[in-house]
Amino acid sequence: MAEVTEHDDDQRHGSVYRVAGALTITRAATTQREIDGLADPLTIDLSDIDRMDTVGAWIVYRTVRDRGAKVIGASRDEVSLLKQVGEFDVPTRVVPDVPHNIASVFAELGKWIAETGTTLVGLMGFFGATLIGFGNVIRRPRRFRVNAVVQRFDVVGVRALGIIALMSFLIGVVIAQQGSVQLAQFGAEVYTINLIGRITVRELGTLMTAIMVAGRSGSAFAAQIGTMKITEEIDAMRTIGVSPVEALVLPRIISAVVMMPLLSFWAMLLALIGGGVFVWTSLGIPPLTYIQRLHDVIPPTDLWVGLIKAPVFGFIIALAGCFQGMLVSGNSEEVGSRTTTAVVQSIFLVIVLDAVFAVFFSSIGWV
Amino acid sequence: MTIVPEKLDPTFVPPGCKPIITVRNLRNSFGDQVVHEDVNVTVCRGEILGVVGGSGTGKSVLLRSIIGLQTPDQGEIHVLGESMVGRTEDEAKNIRRRWGILFQNGALFSTLTVAENVEVPIREYFPFIKPPLLDEIASYKISMGGLPADAGPKYPSELSGGMVKRAGLARALALDPELLFLDEPTAGLDPIAAAAFDELIKSLQKRLDLTVFLITHDLDTLHAICDRVAVLADGKVIAVGTIPELLALDHPWIQEYFNGPRGRTAAGAYEEGAVA
Repeated sequence: MAEVTEHDDDQRHGSVYRVAGALTITRAATTQREIDGLADPLTIDLSDIDRMDTVGAWIVYRTVRDRGAKVIGASRDEVSLLKQVGEFDVPTRVVPDVPHNIASVFAELGKWIAETGTTLVGLMGFFGATLIGFGNVIRRPRRFRVNAVVQRFDVVGVRALGIIALMSFLIGVVIAQQGSVQLAQFGAEVYTINLIGRITVRELGTLMTAIMVAGRSGSAFAAQIGTMKITEEIDAMRTIGVSPVEALVLPRIISAVVMMPLLSFWAMLLALIGGGVFVWTSLGIPPLTYIQRLHDVIPPTDLWVGLIKAPVFGFIIALAGCFQGMLVSGNSEEVGSRTTTAVVQSIFLVIVLDAVFAVFFSSIGWV
Repeated sequence: MTIVPEKLDPTFVPPGCKPIITVRNLRNSFGDQVVHEDVNVTVCRGEILGVVGGSGTGKSVLLRSIIGLQTPDQGEIHVLGESMVGRTEDEAKNIRRRWGILFQNGALFSTLTVAENVEVPIREYFPFIKPPLLDEIASYKISMGGLPADAGPKYPSELSGGMVKRAGLARALALDPELLFLDEPTAGLDPIAAAAFDELIKSLQKRLDLTVFLITHDLDTLHAICDRVAVLADGKVIAVGTIPELLALDHPWIQEYFNGPRGRTAAGAYEEGAVA
């Protein structure tokens, strides 16, 4: 392959780089390293090469350009290739310039604040657009897309029954098990039932369902709408005269609002059953006694607390999902990041609202 | 039944032709739908072969079969002297190094800049080539693809349709391929950009001694740069030849395609251009 002749005895004559065989991309790294190791003034002897590709030519060209090397022994084809690559010599830039200094930190911070502000304003605008959409549909009920809504009921509600049942059942078992261990220290194992009953009906049933719906449906809303945005389906809808809010956003919001209380109730039920199975098998409390106790310890207001929160959570989840989907623009990567944002935002908002509700219900005496 | 002279038969190998792609008795189907029944075609080294056919005749499926993205039901495909059917990933890698493919919509990696896109194949096969040499090679390929110097650090979403195709071409040329596959390179470009792209392909083909397999609907492209044209219809390649040779056939689709109003305009324009 490459033969390197170096005249070390006389630095003034520099070195000669003699290449034999093929000067191609396959040997590019080696060739470059060998050239870098030679002293100036450099002469490149191409008389023994039998093949040169554009990358090989580029290496020779840049050596000539940067180090003023001399090329000898090039055939006519090789000379023309060297000339050709020279024509395409342009300033090299691979990634956009990003300044790194203190100012850029502030710039980033400012950008972040501005973006957050715009997002909040945008979310409010989107909320408004949704309300207008609602208004339009109420005024002209024929515009209401029954099929789309029913289809969403199926996807958001019915298909979630299995996973929510399993999750809630296990949570019921875990609460009962952990609770009974702690309460046994006071000899108050029977209060496990109070614990299960109140915590699942009042808090966990709805909260866990909301988290599950955010993960299952909120993300799907963002991804579906985001993909439609990228493929210009949303634009197509607009030009045809179909309002994307009415066709895409309303069915999803309605389905989430309607399905959340139903799924939450289902989750409460399954969590109670899970707890019941545990207290029956481990503490020996028979099911009938368990149900009787639940009836005594859970105030009806607990059920209302749980069920009133559910549609609000559903609304927030669907709104965040659809809003983030609508914000997608540009490339497919953004669909992913917007979907993530939708889930994080909706779960965060759900938990904040849950805290607000907790304070509110205690202050009106539903404790 | 159209009588195809021996010279235009798709199995005929012209004298002096060094076949670089050979497809024999290819059959492709999706479920009940048979796309290719008995496809034969030969691409000679150094030529630009255009593939035409109506929508749904399986032009893209033929391309996908040749480059190994679609496993055919039966048939033989040889590319650069190697059989493409039933080979392992490792064996295929050696062939993949020697070809470049421009997909219809560019298929640029959307999270990478144009320059990084061009660097992907180089990094994959030659991990020892490091910046700044790597970056210089990428910039040079981008410039060769006909893009301005400031296109390198841009993301695909910031590019126009024509620029995406040029960037895709730059990536296809990254490894100095012997063989270039182009899937409708001028589709969606305005006539000026399309003509410039044709010109670019023709000059690159001459310069780099490329063999080009080109799928197109564009009659101007066919007239301007294709050495031979293969006509795909009725599940097979009916004939392969130059446009005048194909026009001598009395196949209804060929006649309608080249002698329809658009076909005649393109032919007329090209002849005028050739005279002037």
